[in-house]
Amino acid sequence: MASRLLLRAGALGYLAVLLLVPVGMVGYRTFEHGVGPVVDALSTPAAKHALYLSVVVAAIAVPLDVVFGIVAGIALARGRMPFGRLVNLLVNLPFAMSPVVIGLALFTLYGRGGWFGDWLVAHGIGVLFSVPGLVLATAFVALPFVVREIVPVLDELGTSQEQAAATLGAGPWTTFWRITLPSIRWALAYGVVLSTARALGEYGAVSIVSGDIVGRTQTLPLLVEERFRNFDDTGAYSAGFALAVVSLVVVAAMTVLSRRKEHP
Amino acid sequence: MADAAALPRSLRLVPAVRLPLGPGAALLYVCLLVGLPVAALADRAATTHFWSSVTAPQARSALELTVVLAILTAAIDAVTGVLIAWVLVRDRFPGRGLVNAVIDLPFALPTIVAGLVLLSLYGPGSAVGIDVAQTRIAVLLAMLFVTLPFVVRAVQPVLLALDLESEEAAACLGARPAQTFRLVIWPAIRPATVVGAGLAFARALGEFGSIVLISGNLPFHTQVASVFISGRVESGDLPGAAAVSVVLLAVALLTLAVLDLVVRRSRRRG
Amino acid sequence: MSIDVVNVSKTFGGFHALDDVSVSIDRGRLTALLGPSGGGKSTLLRIVAGLEEPDTGRVYIDGQDMTSVPARRRGVGFVFQHYAAFPHMTVRDNVGFGLRVARVDRATRTRRVDELLDLVHLGGLAERYPSELSGGQRQRMALARALAVEPRLLLLDEPFGALDVKVRAELRAWLRQLHEQVNATTLFVTHDQEEAMELADQIVLVNAGRIEQVGTPEELYDHPANEFVMSFLGATTQLGGVAVRPHDIEVFTDPVDGGIQAMIERVVGLGFHSRVEAALPDGADVTVQLTRAHAQHLELRRGDIVYLRAVAGTAIPAS
Repeated sequence: MASRLLLRAGALGYLAVLLLVPVGMVGYRTFEHGVGPVVDALSTPAAKHALYLSVVVAAIAVPLDVVFGIVAGIALARGRMPFGRLVNLLVNLPFAMSPVVIGLALFTLYGRGGWFGDWLVAHGIGVLFSVPGLVLATAFVALPFVVREIVPVLDELGTSQEQAAATLGAGPWTTFWRITLPSIRWALAYGVVLSTARALGEYGAVSIVSGDIVGRTQTLPLLVEERFRNFDDTGAYSAGFALAVVSLVVVAAMTVLSRRKEHP
Repeated sequence: MADAAALPRSLRLVPAVRLPLGPGAALLYVCLLVGLPVAALADRAATTHFWSSVTAPQARSALELTVVLAILTAAIDAVTGVLIAWVLVRDRFPGRGLVNAVIDLPFALPTIVAGLVLLSLYGPGSAVGIDVAQTRIAVLLAMLFVTLPFVVRAVQPVLLALDLESEEAAACLGARPAQTFRLVIWPAIRPATVVGAGLAFARALGEFGSIVLISGNLPFHTQVASVFISGRVESGDLPGAAAVSVVLLAVALLTLAVLDLVVRRSRRRG
Repeated sequence: MSIDVVNVSKTFGGFHALDDVSVSIDRGRLTALLGPSGGGKSTLLRIVAGLEEPDTGRVYIDGQDMTSVPARRRGVGFVFQHYAAFPHMTVRDNVGFGLRVARVDRATRTRRVDELLDLVHLGGLAERYPSELSGGQRQRMALARALAVEPRLLLLDEPFGALDVKVRAELRAWLRQLHEQVNATTLFVTHDQEEAMELADQIVLVNAGRIEQVGTPEELYDHPANEFVMSFLGATTQLGGVAVRPHDIEVFTDPVDGGIQAMIERVVGLGFHSRVEAALPDGADVTVQLTRAHAQHLELRRGDIVYLRAVAGTAIPAS
């Protein structure tokens, strides 16, 4: 049927023009001058440090958010979270906030003149322009994912399994570990993957709180922008390509996990 | 319940009030991480210069540009999102699974890399000679890129659940495909489309990383609100930056509140 | 409207749903497509409706070749097993949908919808939503909706399959009545042979993608073309190499020409008739159905030797 082909062409055409071809072009632009320059660009001390920093920051922020997500998710789903509606609002707030606004909010709190700022400066504790600030910004932006993934699943499952476990003598920890956690594992995995992707790729908030100090507070996304500003196209594209490859892995994981969580 | 009287699982502050340990810690975490900075932001914005900061020409221009382009983005997403969701659910072609997976790419890709991605094809040095860098088109392109999945993923499950027989019944009753879509399918997917478009709008409103590289950030021309705020921070005008931030945040929150209402109303109709 | 299906085949993936099927359906009659699940009857119905296109063969409706004509231009009314109601529209809007699509003016539409709702006994429920109706009511609404556009052909796909037994029986009787009133050529799919026998003027028995037999219920029951037809439409038993109905076996206490010796194992009185279970010398079991009076007259007891013979013309060679 002609209309079917027309619709298909329209949809695929839009995707090609907006998504597929540009992403393909990045690969082309990255290796435009060969593989060597790319490898060089990724081996500089700045690049290595940026990678290291991105990973370390994510390695701290994401587990914090995941633990929070599990505890808060279960409590919210079971109606046992004090000030539940406030928590729900705060959890969804990062989705409504521009990354720049998130960075600014942290800046106003921990910077000079802020409620914590002066105290921190007086005691020589650096939050802004150092790693703790990066961790705070990253944890902020990656906060909602785990909660939002597991609450619907918990809502749908109900408490009957846990109640059954209780009648069989299981304590709270056993019930959590053997009943609750397995029942949400795919949704949880999906949320963790999204969280990690967000954490590794965060740019806007981190750029505000970090001061973008090369070799000290520069994460991989910040490195991309800095190189671009300095007309180091190959350098920028190389770092961007590395991040894009990570994203493709993330998308693959998302696809697999999304199917698992729909049909456990 | 199993842990009714076990003291280690909760703190008895006052005989009648138990603060569960786990959820209590979670509450503390989210208040410290999110609540406090946002409160500090609002506090910093609440100066006598609030309105003058927000209505200053450059601020107003940035806000207006951002809102208008975000609305346009949401509208385009509504159309293309439904189209893509339709083709993915109802059509069969080789590579369909791959295309379906790729839709999630804007969710997974760092925004700064998204900026590079668009630059490589639509900026200077483009292989096809298209250069829209430093134009409003570029800003729109970036917004469309990062919001691509929202409507698609919102509408797909609804289409999947939709009874094919309803459409066949409409066809037997003489309806042309366009009529079937308008009268039978659209009413079913409208709430999901609205929610997806609303989320796309809220996201586009705050977008930064993908716009920064390709738009040139020209004041009064291609400077969006987030870039303006970033500029104010660099100049040291924190109250000004905070004021515009609060306005932006308020618009986004309002959108999400309206969406919540839409979802609730559609659920009642079900 | 008469329907002529000529050499139609349809395959889904590797599965042959219909294999070179040809059949003619009389106009104005109530015809049943009967057969076991997965046998191809729904596929055949959908091809007649234009919801599927056959791989080979042609479909003629009233002499016109409609094979490539899409469903919406065939003028057929279709009723689905699960009603296919439009959930976002009221009963009135559902029933009036076809009229609205055909640009009929509102006044005429309202009048016609009211007429139809009265016809299907749903008057007064016009402003309700399908989710507020029972299954039986929804199916009646679906029927009214299909009839609203005055189709030349009415097709029903297991229309009562999703309803419970009592509602099914009511709607069955009601469909027959409706057919007498409306008189459109009606074709319905069912796997329930009792339903087909009760309702249909003509039965098309479809099995494994082929047509086994076409005829009136009596013809199929009394003169089945093969053992499958015989056993699908009623109880069958085997006696000496033939398949025969239990009530078509004569019982003799003395040897007769053509009679097969058997020993009675059990005599069960079931009200009006009696069931006699006997064993043949080779160990096979036979079931015979007699009127109670006849069984008593023969004074049959467990252990008796009797001679069984199928009534002439009622048996079919067994496979």
